[in-house]
Amino acid sequence: MFISLVLIQVLLLNFIQFSGFINPYIYVLFVLLLPVSTPRYAVVLLGFFMGLVIDIFSNTLGMHAAATTFMAFARPLVMDLISAREMDKSDYPGLHQYGFLWFLYYSSILVLLHHIFFFYIEAFTFANFIHTFIRCLLSSVFSVFMIVLSQFLVFRN
Amino acid sequence: MRSLIRFLVRNHVFLLFLTLEVVSVVLIFNYNNFQRVHYLNSANKVTASIYKTFNTVVNYFRLSPINQELAEENTRLKSELSYYREFTAEQERSALSDTSSYGKYRYKSALIINKSVNKQYNYLVLDKGRKDGITPDQGIICENGIVGIVNNVSESYATGLSLLNRRLMISGKLEKNDYFGTISWNGMNYRYVQLSDIPSHIEVNKGDTVVTAGSSTYFPEGILIGTVESYEINQGESFYNLQVRLSVDFNAVTYVEIIRNRDRAEIKELENLNQHDQDLD
Repeated sequence: MFISLVLIQVLLLNFIQFSGFINPYIYVLFVLLLPVSTPRYAVVLLGFFMGLVIDIFSNTLGMHAAATTFMAFARPLVMDLISAREMDKSDYPGLHQYGFLWFLYYSSILVLLHHIFFFYIEAFTFANFIHTFIRCLLSSVFSVFMIVLSQFLVFRN
Repeated sequence: MRSLIRFLVRNHVFLLFLTLEVVSVVLIFNYNNFQRVHYLNSANKVTASIYKTFNTVVNYFRLSPINQELAEENTRLKSELSYYREFTAEQERSALSDTSSYGKYRYKSALIINKSVNKQYNYLVLDKGRKDGITPDQGIICENGIVGIVNNVSESYATGLSLLNRRLMISGKLEKNDYFGTISWNGMNYRYVQLSDIPSHIEVNKGDTVVTAGSSTYFPEGILIGTVESYEINQGESFYNLQVRLSVDFNAVTYVEIIRNRDRAEIKELENLNQHDQDLD
């Protein structure tokens, strides 16, 4: 899954753009779908390496790595935040296991965190705050859409 | 001591997170001058060959437009050839030849195997490398105008800064009156770059042509950059802020030429001499 997500990201999605605003990053799905029982330090480490590989392909050394590490760190916090019931630790946090609404919240929050972090690091300024923020929002909507779609098409149990 | 260890163990995830963030930020800041991470960019063998394979497949589906492009270029070259034939014939007749500036620049054609236009720092990956005589700081142009500058070279691949990269600044001038300024990109729209430092007392019109100034060693003088789309003067400043519509569509460009300036080493040497003078002061 690691390799196929990297290839999909660097070969197809990096070329998608509408009017310079929307640039979906669905490789974060890798971090989203790690089993719940994965130790937290492993999630953070794997997130960092995923980001680093994407960086090497897209000549943005460090930027994706920083954003993905941040997202991986936030993952268990977000899980605790939105889960009402006690979770089965062996579970796999997919759409079919936890239901549509839970997965939508889960992926939207984390993708939005990742995108905000990434786009502001990339721009490295708050000067065009609104411009960058619109890029974050639109790209996030698009990424979440593709991530949810992938749950229906590819990961059907 | 024991409480320190207990603290470390309890917060190991957070500390790991902090360490990795620091590593990332260090990588971001040092990307330009960190020689050891040179193999961590897309000029390295693995990533470049993946891009190349994929590009072969994509180009297969684009064969007909590429054919069209090549045919157009053929006709253009033929017309130029005939022009030069006439020119040499004429020259022989007049037996006058001036070879002082003749053949200062050499061109090498290359294929773009990966590129982006939607980042703040956009790069190109080219299928020519050191063994084809490519070195860093050579200019990249295409049929319609300038594209960027080579920054990293491996054995058979090279990466270049695209003109759409906020790290890149080149000098450009207005073709009609030779006033020159700095071309840079603000990261907003990939169809436009900005030309600054043009003094406000000269007249600028929409549609004026902007070309390279030739004051750097990257590009010959007079290569097309684009046309003036709009202009404004910020209050209290005496320089124009020009929006320049690029003549090259960065989404569509595939074949480029890399320019080698044969006098570059010599010019650099002279400039270095001056640098020494400044150091002495």
